[in-house]
Amino acid sequence: MSMMRELYTQVIMDHYQRPRNRGELEGADLQEHLLNPLCGDEVTVYAVFDGDRVSDVKFSGHGCSISQASTSMMTERLSGKSRKEAEAEIEGFKAMMVGEREFPETDDLAALKGVIQYPSRIKCATLAWTAFQKGLLESK
Amino acid sequence: MYDVEEIRKDFPILERRIGEKKLVYLDNAATSQKPRRVIETLTAYYVEHNANIHRAVHRLAEEATTAYEEAREKVAVFLGAPETTGLIFTRGTTESINLVAHAWGRKHLREGDEVVLTETEHHSNLVPWQLAARDTGARLRFISILEDGTLDMEEAERLIGPRTKMVACIHASNVLGTINLVERLAELTHEAGALMLVDGAQSAPHLPVDVKKLGCDFFACSGHKMLGPTGVGVLWGRPELLEEMDPFLGGGEMIREVHLDHSTWNDLPYKFEAGTMNIAQAVGLGAAVDYLSELGMEDVREHERRLGEYAYRRLSEIGGIVLYGPKEDRTGLVSFSLPDVHPHDLSQLLDEEGVAIRSGHHCCQPLIRRLGVVATARASFYLYNTEEEVDALVEALVRVREFFGAFAR
Repeated sequence: MSMMRELYTQVIMDHYQRPRNRGELEGADLQEHLLNPLCGDEVTVYAVFDGDRVSDVKFSGHGCSISQASTSMMTERLSGKSRKEAEAEIEGFKAMMVGEREFPETDDLAALKGVIQYPSRIKCATLAWTAFQKGLLESK
Repeated sequence: MYDVEEIRKDFPILERRIGEKKLVYLDNAATSQKPRRVIETLTAYYVEHNANIHRAVHRLAEEATTAYEEAREKVAVFLGAPETTGLIFTRGTTESINLVAHAWGRKHLREGDEVVLTETEHHSNLVPWQLAARDTGARLRFISILEDGTLDMEEAERLIGPRTKMVACIHASNVLGTINLVERLAELTHEAGALMLVDGAQSAPHLPVDVKKLGCDFFACSGHKMLGPTGVGVLWGRPELLEEMDPFLGGGEMIREVHLDHSTWNDLPYKFEAGTMNIAQAVGLGAAVDYLSELGMEDVREHERRLGEYAYRRLSEIGGIVLYGPKEDRTGLVSFSLPDVHPHDLSQLLDEEGVAIRSGHHCCQPLIRRLGVVATARASFYLYNTEEEVDALVEALVRVREFFGAFAR
């Protein structure tokens, strides 16, 4: 099971089984629900802003290890970012997932690099990011 | 009983390797693999006979027409249809049901009428009726399932009544492996003066089917799930019903006389075969049906019944696994879930082992919701699968559990 080691890395499994920022935020400034009709995975992302900055971010829903780990990483990544920075982060991540940008070597995100080889799973990884992107547009 | 190892030689794709592993193809409920005979029939059709049918008088057109019409006869015999006039080629089960929901439903359903379905319907036997109900004001009612996945027949008796105009039901479930008591439902339906449509996508490939014995008015199935090519399926309907229905699609071939302001319709079954059909695919389906008939559907059923029960038993040995559907009298497919392993991850990891299964909602979102899960994994068998392949599945699952368990500790 060599692919298991490549795709299901320690980092991914750690985020999957011990997700960061899991939960709901009452009265969040940003709340966006998104469904992947292919597999039934769903995610809701929440964010509270302090002025222009994301001061708190959480997610709820259910999904496979790739989607849950990627969502967990996203919440860490976007915390404390300005709207503009958050947008850039999301666009950057989506570009990585289609092979248009290099993954940062020192970040947990690098663990998702293996997903690129499995086109049917890329959507799993980008679901929450797309939800947050939509939420940013709608909460302006 | 046939020799499975001999049969496997007829299916070139079963020789394939996935990486270094032998392919174990257990996604037959999605689509079946094709025997050499079907592949060669398709090639021979294009190499030797290709022409458009029912039109020109040249030699190729005659050969193509003959091959197409022979395929119709073969499929009619295979399904026990008493005549070929009611045997319409479509693109598949989905199109067959849409044809009925449209051409029969829009004409006959009225406000206050009821269409009775079940909780276990594939989206293809649910969404077309939702559309018909929306357009006509008819109401959809649903027969629920009992804990073991079988239909609540007492509820069926209560639901099917004077307001019922149509009962449409899967013959076998693509999630639970149940075989529904279609004959009994057809009796109830006809006592109420309604019509019965059977979605045979998961039965025609696996069980002996005789539309006369089932007592249904319409029967739909897909070629690609029964060794045939994609792009061809079947609707059988009682000719007198088809006769008084409006056409589904308009165009070439389905007409008798065309004027600028009106047209008249061709005879059955051509009235429902507008435009150039998937001719080669229909001919290929004829070859598939020959193959199945020679093997004998009783034997196919027996092989899969054994394999399905063996799989159910072997899988239930895995600690914590949840299996869906009844223990016995099931078709050759088993849906299951493992605690703490999402079905999507599961099928990805099994793929690494060469084992192809399906995960997701299997186009049955209401049923999956009813089961209280978001998705299941499903291993579905066919006439060429073996007990060794079931063992390969079970061993791979055990490894997946260990792999996920190691991280949890």
